[in-house]
Amino acid sequence: MNYFVIGYYALLIGASCLAAYYSSRSAFLLLFSLTLVSFIVGIVGGESALWTITVCAGVLALCAGTAYAFREFLVIVLPVEASKAIKTAPLTATFGLFVIMTYAIAGVFAPIIAPHGEAEIIAGAFEPPNDEMLLGADQLGRDLFSRLVFGARNTVGIALLATILAFVLGALMGLIAATRGGWFDQLMGRVVDVIMSVPSLIFALLLLSIFGTNVVVLIIIIAIIYSPRVFRLTRAVAGNVVVMDYIEAARLRGEGLWYLIRREILPNSTAPLIAEFGLEFCFVFLLVAGLSFLGLGIQPPTADWGSMVRENATLISFGEITPLFPAGAIALLTVAVNFVVDWMLFRSSGLKG
Amino acid sequence: MTDVLGIVLKRLGLGVLTLLVISILIFFAVELLPGDIAQAVLGQGATEENLKAMREQLGLNEPAVWRYLQWLAGAIQGDFGSSLISQKPVTETIAPRFANTLFLASYAAVIAVPVAIILGVIVALLRESIFDRVANVTTLTSISSPEFFLGYILILYLAVKNPWFPAIASLSDDMTFLELLNRTFLPALTMVLVVVAHMMRMTRASIINLLASPYIEMARLKGTPAWKVIVKHALPNAWAPIINVVALNLAYLITGVVLVEVVFVYPGIGQLLVDSVTKRDFPVVQACCLIFAATFILLNLAADVGAILTNPRLRHPK
Repeated sequence: MNYFVIGYYALLIGASCLAAYYSSRSAFLLLFSLTLVSFIVGIVGGESALWTITVCAGVLALCAGTAYAFREFLVIVLPVEASKAIKTAPLTATFGLFVIMTYAIAGVFAPIIAPHGEAEIIAGAFEPPNDEMLLGADQLGRDLFSRLVFGARNTVGIALLATILAFVLGALMGLIAATRGGWFDQLMGRVVDVIMSVPSLIFALLLLSIFGTNVVVLIIIIAIIYSPRVFRLTRAVAGNVVVMDYIEAARLRGEGLWYLIRREILPNSTAPLIAEFGLEFCFVFLLVAGLSFLGLGIQPPTADWGSMVRENATLISFGEITPLFPAGAIALLTVAVNFVVDWMLFRSSGLKG
Repeated sequence: MTDVLGIVLKRLGLGVLTLLVISILIFFAVELLPGDIAQAVLGQGATEENLKAMREQLGLNEPAVWRYLQWLAGAIQGDFGSSLISQKPVTETIAPRFANTLFLASYAAVIAVPVAIILGVIVALLRESIFDRVANVTTLTSISSPEFFLGYILILYLAVKNPWFPAIASLSDDMTFLELLNRTFLPALTMVLVVVAHMMRMTRASIINLLASPYIEMARLKGTPAWKVIVKHALPNAWAPIINVVALNLAYLITGVVLVEVVFVYPGIGQLLVDSVTKRDFPVVQACCLIFAATFILLNLAADVGAILTNPRLRHPK
């Protein structure tokens, strides 16, 4: 027993007693269950396990603090209507927004932020971190931090492009199918069924083995694989709008297909589509990262998080956490987008649950 | 009972039809190659004689439809031709690896399914409490992480820093069953983490949906104890969504398995697929894709049939 362990338990038990005294039930439950878990973990893993818990709790608290501060900041900065919406947002959502903003800045200003070039070799292989290099060097001696920053531009950029293309393709087909109906609707429905009945990663691998791996092919393939989801959603949403009286009125006025889609249907079905865009982006992003990890996505020397994980994976067996940075960057962005989407779905559906 | 059988048979027929369309897709996708297979395999420097010999060997001079029918007939009997690289029969390479993959997937499923359903029900009962919030954030994080991130974290903490489990899942024939379980524990755990999160969220959603229905409120109002409400009133109706959730997630395992196998160097069919894609060994790629697609369709079919069997309302579609 040393001072850290004693202080650790004293703090936790004291805090749970305080929470119980001021009858804040949820805080008490959380703190006390953490104490109980710490007892077990502490006995099994010793002091180092307690340190890990402390660090995790500290990181979580830091995230919560950032999210809280960012929410207040947004409430002040944004115009009245938007700030009203932000005010009621859960901390997870504002944390997500904060992370997305950081990634966007990193991606757009990558050449300014990164201290070294994307493919510039400046040190020996796997050199440890020093003043020059924040995170050390990778397997060829390139600065890992710079490559991480450039990765934000390449990986996210490609995923975003593929998502937009999938969305335009799927939404357009869905809208036309819903307004036109008839044979076009039937045909698209069957095509979508077939595409969706093959797992997306497998389908992507099949197509990549045929067309080879380059960025344009990658984007088109992913867009085609993921457009069916958008198609189904758009068709379902637009299908509910099409039967409205005002659409009938517009048809009787003699408006064309394009006008109907653009001016009558689309404005009335945006809310679910925006949430779907976020979800879709997560799927696409994970697929791009997965393919790159398998060595079949974005090709070197372009900096890309998926392939960076693979290139540095040998370091794991020496107990280094370097390969986890790019993998963590992928996870963090997906989590962030998911948090925001969760909040938006909750808002648009008004569901309680 | 006959109408149930009819519906199930109809679904089965639809599944077979989908599989047929997919086999056409998989076969003719290769035909889209610029040039043909011989050209793609031998590369730019191939001489005219070499190309000719290879085309002869692969039967490329026959019409594509005829070759498709031959391929399909072979595939139904378990013969996928022979590999372009090693010249060995594809089935011989795939069969042991497919067994390994099935073992890994079922290992993960045996752990994941009960854990996920029990946790999902608990979280649904505790909804809106702090535990529910924590579970929500944790599961969302777990779903959003790529499989290789979870895999490497597990390797770092459970294999390198604390050497409890082997980091590389290499198998040999003379291992005991316990040894096998120990060897494949980390890849299985990685998949369990992802699948449990998915399943928990879906179970929670369907149970909450159920608990909101009027007959549950009625049962509560007449004074039935809480556990009895769950076991006697909620559970019989919850089977259909839960079966659906389980089947969908097992189907999800099929895709997840590719990345996990590569991370842990597990000798399964996913690793084989990735290798063959890199080497452009088309017969193997086609066979692997067909097997994956067939498993995927089969599981989705099982979900459909399970839902129909447990929910009589689905037997009479409007």
